[in-house]
Amino acid sequence: MSTQGMILAGCDGDRTWRLQDYLARGGYSALKKIVAERIPQDTIIAELKASVLRGRGGAGFPTGLKWSFMPRSFPGDKYLACNSDEGEPGTFKDRDILRYNPHSVIEGMAIAAYAMGAARGYNYIHGEIFEIYQRFEEALEEARAAKLIGQNILGSDFSFELFAHHGYGAYICGEETALLESIEGKKGQPRFKPPFPASYGLYGKPTTINNTETFASVPFIMNMGGESFLNLGKPNNGGMKLFSVSGHVNRPGNYEIPLGTPFAELLEMAGGVRGGRKLKAVIPGGSSAPVLPADIMMGCTMDYDSISKAGSMLGSGAVIVMDETTCMVKALERLSYFYFEESCGQCTPCREGTGWLYRVVHRIEHGLGRQDDLDLLNSVTGNIMGRTICALGDAASMPVQSFVKHFGDEFMYHIENKKCLVSPEAQYAGSNIYVSPSC
Amino acid sequence: MLEIEIDGKQVSVQDGSTVMDAANQAGVYIPHFCYHKKLSIAANCRMCLVQVEKAPKPLPACATPVTAGMKVWTHSEAAVKAQKGVMEFLLINHPLDCPICDQGGECQLQDLAVGYGGAASRYQEEKRVVFNKNLGPLVSTDMTRCINCTRCVRFTAEIAGEMELGQAFRGEHAEIMPFIEKTVDSELSGNIIDLCPVGALTSKPFRFSARTWEMSRRRSVSPHDSLGANLIVQTKHDVVKRVLPLENEEVNECWLSDKDRFSYEGLESEERLTTPMIKQDGEWKAVDWQSALEFTANGLLDVSREHGPAAIGALGSPHATVEELYLLQKLVRGLGSGNVDFRLRQADFRADANPTGAPWLGMKIAEVGELNRLLVVGSFLRKDNPLLAQRVRQAAKRGLHVSVVGPTADEWLLPVRHRALVAPSALVGTLGQIVVALAAAKGVAIDERLAGALPTEVSAEARAIAGSLDSGRKVAVWLGNLAAQDQRAAELRLLANEIARLTDGTVGVIGEAANSVGGYLAGALPSADGLNARRMIEEPRKAYVLLGAEPDLDFADPAATVAALGGARLVVALSAFTSASLREVADVLLPVAPFAETSGTFVNTEGRAQSFVAVARPLGETRPAWKVLRVLGNLLQLSGFDYSDSEAVRADALPAEPAAYLSNRVEGVALSAAQDLPVGVLERVADVPIHFADPLARRADALRRTRDAAAPQARISPATLAALGLAGGERVRLVQGSAGAELTVVADERLAEGCVRVAAAHPDSATLGALSGAISVERI
Amino acid sequence: MLSQESLQQIDREIAKYPPDQKQSAVMAALRIAQVEKGWLANETIEFVAAYLDMPAIAVYEIASFYNMYDLEPVGRHKITVCTNLPCALSGGVHAAEYLKEKLGIGFNETTPDGKFTLKEGECMGACGDAPVLLHNNHRMCSWMTREKIDQLLAELDGK
Ligand SMILES: Cc1cc2nc3c(=O)[nH]c(=O)nc-3n(C[C@H](O)[C@H](O)[C@H](O)COP(=O)(O)O)c2cc1C
Ligand code: SF4
Ligand code: FES
Repeated sequence: MSTQGMILAGCDGDRTWRLQDYLARGGYSALKKIVAERIPQDTIIAELKASVLRGRGGAGFPTGLKWSFMPRSFPGDKYLACNSDEGEPGTFKDRDILRYNPHSVIEGMAIAAYAMGAARGYNYIHGEIFEIYQRFEEALEEARAAKLIGQNILGSDFSFELFAHHGYGAYICGEETALLESIEGKKGQPRFKPPFPASYGLYGKPTTINNTETFASVPFIMNMGGESFLNLGKPNNGGMKLFSVSGHVNRPGNYEIPLGTPFAELLEMAGGVRGGRKLKAVIPGGSSAPVLPADIMMGCTMDYDSISKAGSMLGSGAVIVMDETTCMVKALERLSYFYFEESCGQCTPCREGTGWLYRVVHRIEHGLGRQDDLDLLNSVTGNIMGRTICALGDAASMPVQSFVKHFGDEFMYHIENKKCLVSPEAQYAGSNIYVSPSC
Repeated sequence: MLEIEIDGKQVSVQDGSTVMDAANQAGVYIPHFCYHKKLSIAANCRMCLVQVEKAPKPLPACATPVTAGMKVWTHSEAAVKAQKGVMEFLLINHPLDCPICDQGGECQLQDLAVGYGGAASRYQEEKRVVFNKNLGPLVSTDMTRCINCTRCVRFTAEIAGEMELGQAFRGEHAEIMPFIEKTVDSELSGNIIDLCPVGALTSKPFRFSARTWEMSRRRSVSPHDSLGANLIVQTKHDVVKRVLPLENEEVNECWLSDKDRFSYEGLESEERLTTPMIKQDGEWKAVDWQSALEFTANGLLDVSREHGPAAIGALGSPHATVEELYLLQKLVRGLGSGNVDFRLRQADFRADANPTGAPWLGMKIAEVGELNRLLVVGSFLRKDNPLLAQRVRQAAKRGLHVSVVGPTADEWLLPVRHRALVAPSALVGTLGQIVVALAAAKGVAIDERLAGALPTEVSAEARAIAGSLDSGRKVAVWLGNLAAQDQRAAELRLLANEIARLTDGTVGVIGEAANSVGGYLAGALPSADGLNARRMIEEPRKAYVLLGAEPDLDFADPAATVAALGGARLVVALSAFTSASLREVADVLLPVAPFAETSGTFVNTEGRAQSFVAVARPLGETRPAWKVLRVLGNLLQLSGFDYSDSEAVRADALPAEPAAYLSNRVEGVALSAAQDLPVGVLERVADVPIHFADPLARRADALRRTRDAAAPQARISPATLAALGLAGGERVRLVQGSAGAELTVVADERLAEGCVRVAAAHPDSATLGALSGAISVERI
Repeated sequence: MLSQESLQQIDREIAKYPPDQKQSAVMAALRIAQVEKGWLANETIEFVAAYLDMPAIAVYEIASFYNMYDLEPVGRHKITVCTNLPCALSGGVHAAEYLKEKLGIGFNETTPDGKFTLKEGECMGACGDAPVLLHNNHRMCSWMTREKIDQLLAELDGK
């Protein structure tokens, strides 16, 4: 299947996910070397810092730095958690990593455990991908049988137990402390920080959480060296990254490309805008990232800094492409509904505010908008952002603010004319779906 | 210590404090809902957002740790903007109908909304509606008002010890609820009413009966268990409408047990005695006070003249005040009798021979939190003293190891590390084993007075308990109500002292009633030649003066008590209530005021004397008992009855330094040889159900509808049940000598073998005899 | 209450966590119970609670928090369609409309014969395969065109 890229390079769909295939691709050589040569923990972390690998889960936090926060001399249990709860709309890369190359994640976690002195880890897998969870369990069995995880790995005195934990339908569990609560057998309600997981994590013990892709990158960095990894991308944006391209393109799918690749190239890889239509807008980093109009987006390269300069976020690397047939009000209505549905209900601004936002957008979409609704939306999002326990409040607010900012005219058209700016026929022609009785 | 600045004020606070702690210390008020000093930090309401120097976002004061040099503004423009934003969110789905809400006038949301709410609502969508839940007879719900602060949820899990409420569903659909169809049954449940900052959880008995501003508030003291919880009693037109906790960190903290909180309903009971009554030719007649008192005085004088003063006995309730008990004993002694007692459920009086002082907790209540090893002997701790149990529960979270010896293994909702589940007759033996194991472990000699009579074999449980105590730094051994009422109570106390000596710990007697200590200090005890409570029943008197006690419910042997009183020539009952048993045995009923209508003093288990005044006028013709006793004294022409107020009585009754009169030592008591009950003989285990322990509580309507008020059954361990050839659910007749009762048997795995557990103090079991000792079970 | 096989599966899940953290297996236990029973009745929740030494309300909190647990009976085949934005852009809503039409039911409804229940889902992390739907929580079906929906329904109808 994928020949280019790094994590997915050499993988042939469902046919080559097993241990033997991974070994044939040179898998586990990094772990073997580290264990055999007893490479010091600091060396591994230094290599990671040099690679400037930034967390692939959304926030882009430098992974080497995060690992260095773990109290390495702490005498008790320490934990690792892999965040495979991929639920951010538009993101579907971790599923493919687990599906086609699960051992890269296992090896990455084992190296991380070695580097931070963690004896146990859990991979938290998104509820809706049960088949992937089962596959990962199988991969774990293979690795355990080959003494690549478990007690006395490869005959050394390094031990690391790794298990899979299956979610069951809650986007919020992607937030790292909600994920820990969920593993602890509770509702996935995020914790207030501080204390941070590095000091008070799973079962109250120091814990490091990384995204699936982050862990999967680790063996490659160890093999090629931090410097080379960094050079794959561009300064401050090390390595390659998986981009999940969805929406109005001819070939939706995952594309693993160097950070810094122009957006135009990525769009071309994905077959260009469907039906040769005009690009209208792109959400470049998963549904929580601010939407960017086509002209701004076409000027970006796909890396943390460029997208951030353009006023959005690279986030999880989920690129949602919308062409000219898209009604932006309807698009925002659906996203707002998502955050309203997925708020954990814990803190006031998010519990009450997400419903408010959704209802106002819903009203506008259904021809009941009021003149001051856009001001209201801006003010309500302002009261949510930065006032909640976790970033879901921000995630719910940023789409609203950015849609209103860039496509305010379309919203006003809705409010004043009680109908879509994009005609229903055009919408129908574009996606087959954007027709509802009210519009 | 860290130096920080709040609103320009310098404060120096402990490391690990939060901004909220620091603000409290500096006297700065930060608005909040979810934060509560006794609960874990949830930081979910976001009302406490404040501005912190260098922080890009407002931070929740309740959850943000202070750092050195931090600068905080709680009322700056940025802070107030954040707080107002949160307030708007809280109100969008909250009904704005305060005038019809029971919390109106005492609602934190209402109060804060005045300062932080906007004038008009910008939210014009439909408001959320949440269905109400049935939480039981005490707590009423109006769940649409809930702001999801989760205080109530955290209370049940953290303070009451069992998660009975949860927040189900998520997002805007989040709802506070018990598990489907379950109620909240904790004996501390009423506290969630206080904790709820809005009108979502309110008092069911109080519901809509008064507005907070219409009521007057007075301080009082709970007349129930030995903790002496401090109360605020709210009245309207001389009727008690509601009881709330008066915060006292050293006693009840900010909590009340449901009994403390809801027993006031008993004040309005139909059984209230409101006028003096005399029985003439078997008929009860209402009379005026003068006649009743003259009848009483003459009756007592007649008996004294004809049979000698020793034919008179006085039995006072341990729930009576110091002043009442003091005057009671003064009256009988004035008549020349030494027969007076208030320890009505006690069976073993051997320790009286060499009195050392009043048995007490042996420590301050607040010091319970410092214990790290505790042995509780013969106690129904959680139901006998809910707030003391709560202290132990919190201490257990901080590393206190609790061990238990006793015939029952009731759920205390706290971790019990080691337990010896033994029949009452084996209590002494088991403590003896612990002494032996401890002495062996320490390599120390056992007190020679005990050495000869101790067991030679030590059970695994006793050894484990000894091991636990031995590893302690701050150790206590507590004797519960069952131990205090045991037939060998003095020996148990002797052994507890030895365990304490070997572990450098303290001995505590928990005490069953509000004045278990105060009765001792007031001298309501038999004279050297007088009879104690037990002997006054075993050797019936010609005349009895009863104070606040019911013959079939408040005594160690109800059947014998009813018989003894029934055979007397004169029974004078000073009581707030009538009852069938009182009407049967008494000749005069004198209506005396319950705690809310009189002034007085209780001395709690830590020796703290707490006085209170009347919060309402006495009902009908009722009079404070101390005044009735004073007038009786005058009528009888006894000297020393010229008190003008209850403080004057107190001054005579209580020593200036009660602490000097507290002691759990026992002198002159020897261990009796181990005597196992004959094979096949069952032993009675009797608890006093929490809401039946005293005449007031047992008449409180809502309390009687709680799960804790379920009718007694005959509980028997499965093995014993099988040996008896009985099955759970069968009706049986329980027999103790000539006394008996019919009940249903239930298999109870949490009961020692060879025992039958039948609660006392309940009408269904009131015809039975002694609370302990042999009992037999017959199939009907 | 639960079959031996289910209990064995739950025990395997419990073994994944530290010995004093049995509660961690609650999500898996509820999933396993739901697979056996079809949905989570109160008795089932209470059974799981007792099995894991948890308060029943704590288990109910979990069962009501996570979307994929069913607190009410569902048809033999529960079909959850993702209609979130990325999927919607590629026919997700259309697929849902087609299912409604074919089954004659709306979201959160069950066909009168008790065979099918239709649910609206949130992002399943498979947006590139849109339209996607989930059969009985555990089987993901991708690129669900009308023809493939017809095929799927025909296959399930026989079961
Ligand atoms: C609402 C919310 C949802 C999130 N969802 C995910 C997710 O699905 N996957 C993920 O890896 N990180 C997610 N994150 C980010 C995680 O909290 C965390 O930052 C990340 O797992 C850290 O890993 P990384 O440093 O390797 O990126 C989410 C954060 C928030 C606030
Ligand atoms: S019922 Fe009251 S105490 Fe409980 S969460 Fe709601 S507002 Fe808070
Ligand atoms: S009081 Fe601080 S968040 Fe509620």
